[in-house]
Amino acid sequence: VAGLTYSPSAYSTSEEPNSLEEITSYNNFYEFGTGKEDPSRNAGALTTDPWSIVIDGLVDRPGSYDLADVLKDQPLEERIYRFRCVEAWSMIIPWIGFQLSGLLNRVGVQPGAKYVAFETLVRPEEMPGQQSPILDWPYREGLRLDEAMNPLTILATGLYGEVLPNQNGAPIRLVVPWKYGFKSIKSIVRISLVAEEPPTTWNMLQPSEYGFYANVNPTVDHPRWSQASERRIGAGLFGGRQDTLMFNGYEEEVASLYSGMDLAKFY
Amino acid sequence: MDRLNALSRRVPVNAVYLAGVLPFLWIVWLTLTNGLGPDPVKAIELRLGELGLQFLVAGLAITPLRWAGLNLIRFRRAVGLLAFFYVSMHLLAWVTLDMGLRWEQMAADLVKRWYIIIGMLAFATMIPLAVTSTNAAIRRLGPAAWNRLHRLVYVSALGGAIHYLMLVKAWPVEPLAYLAAVVVLLGLRLWRHGRRQVAQSA
Repeated sequence: VAGLTYSPSAYSTSEEPNSLEEITSYNNFYEFGTGKEDPSRNAGALTTDPWSIVIDGLVDRPGSYDLADVLKDQPLEERIYRFRCVEAWSMIIPWIGFQLSGLLNRVGVQPGAKYVAFETLVRPEEMPGQQSPILDWPYREGLRLDEAMNPLTILATGLYGEVLPNQNGAPIRLVVPWKYGFKSIKSIVRISLVAEEPPTTWNMLQPSEYGFYANVNPTVDHPRWSQASERRIGAGLFGGRQDTLMFNGYEEEVASLYSGMDLAKFY
Repeated sequence: MDRLNALSRRVPVNAVYLAGVLPFLWIVWLTLTNGLGPDPVKAIELRLGELGLQFLVAGLAITPLRWAGLNLIRFRRAVGLLAFFYVSMHLLAWVTLDMGLRWEQMAADLVKRWYIIIGMLAFATMIPLAVTSTNAAIRRLGPAAWNRLHRLVYVSALGGAIHYLMLVKAWPVEPLAYLAAVVVLLGLRLWRHGRRQVAQSA
């Protein structure tokens, strides 16, 4: 696989990234099983080429776009982001991707659009986890339009300078670094611009535990576990925990999106 | 069945203890050789907890097996103490490796989070059972009182299985399987108890 061409980004953290081995063998991707090691074991069979994405709803140029067309003219950057799972573990991941705003601007967002809805591929014959109704497939996620347009929000197509491995959401996935990991939907086949807040998978399953916003917030606990601290994967047996940062450390960039909102209510 | 019973009589109890600590040594080995994947802490915690549940389920199976004619009662103390060992190690792994000795956060969790409260309760109910597992304790309490006390293990097993189910996302198979096993093994006791009462009143 040829390496990708990309430039560095001022949005990258200077923290030491996790190893490729850690990032590619410890995944939540229920389409390939509920165990952390299931995706690396089962995702190899996924066909990612050809790949197309339906972009529809309140856009000027709706249609089914071939992946190459989606990527056309979007400048790739390396974004080394903190990644915080709702299960209270975290990693540092060197994504390669481009700003979602670049794609949305290209397809033309109409004035009535307030939210962006995303869907993951449904292909049970290649995604064995989808053979059980453990989640209501397809996996769905969504962002408010201003969140989607924020420069931190990217569509990632690579990792460590190479094409994205299947278990990490190949060929294209969302990365929203100030939100819990489940918001960063993988293997996207549909992007819809809509007027109303779209239904999202974990919120549909358990609304009291997984909000639509799902911003990383150490002061708002998950009903079952605390969000005050996290374990950094790779910290070692006695690595202990570190304090979780408000908006996962991206407060400066995103806090203004939520000014005046009660984040305990809109969790 | 007689041959199975004859065979089991030839197995020394110490062999059960020895076999029972092998999974622990295996976890230690995997830890030392980086065989537990990117998150060894969670893997250690999960494996220890699952082993605790497995020994609890095995212990609960001994009485129904005896009704079916297979007598493994000699091994029950070993199985029970091994369950206590694994559950204790699971708790120790949580306190040290997972929570990193964050006492304040643990204390807050302990009064607030049901899966932790239930897990801790399940552990607590095992302490008196472990303490009274000696022959001397059985003599001191008398068999009837000892038997009554040791029904606490129903709470330990049910609590442990519920604890597991409560901490996972969605509905994966493993925690459901443990809960089902515990419910079936306790249900068998209720069913038999009910039948005997009917038989007595008839």
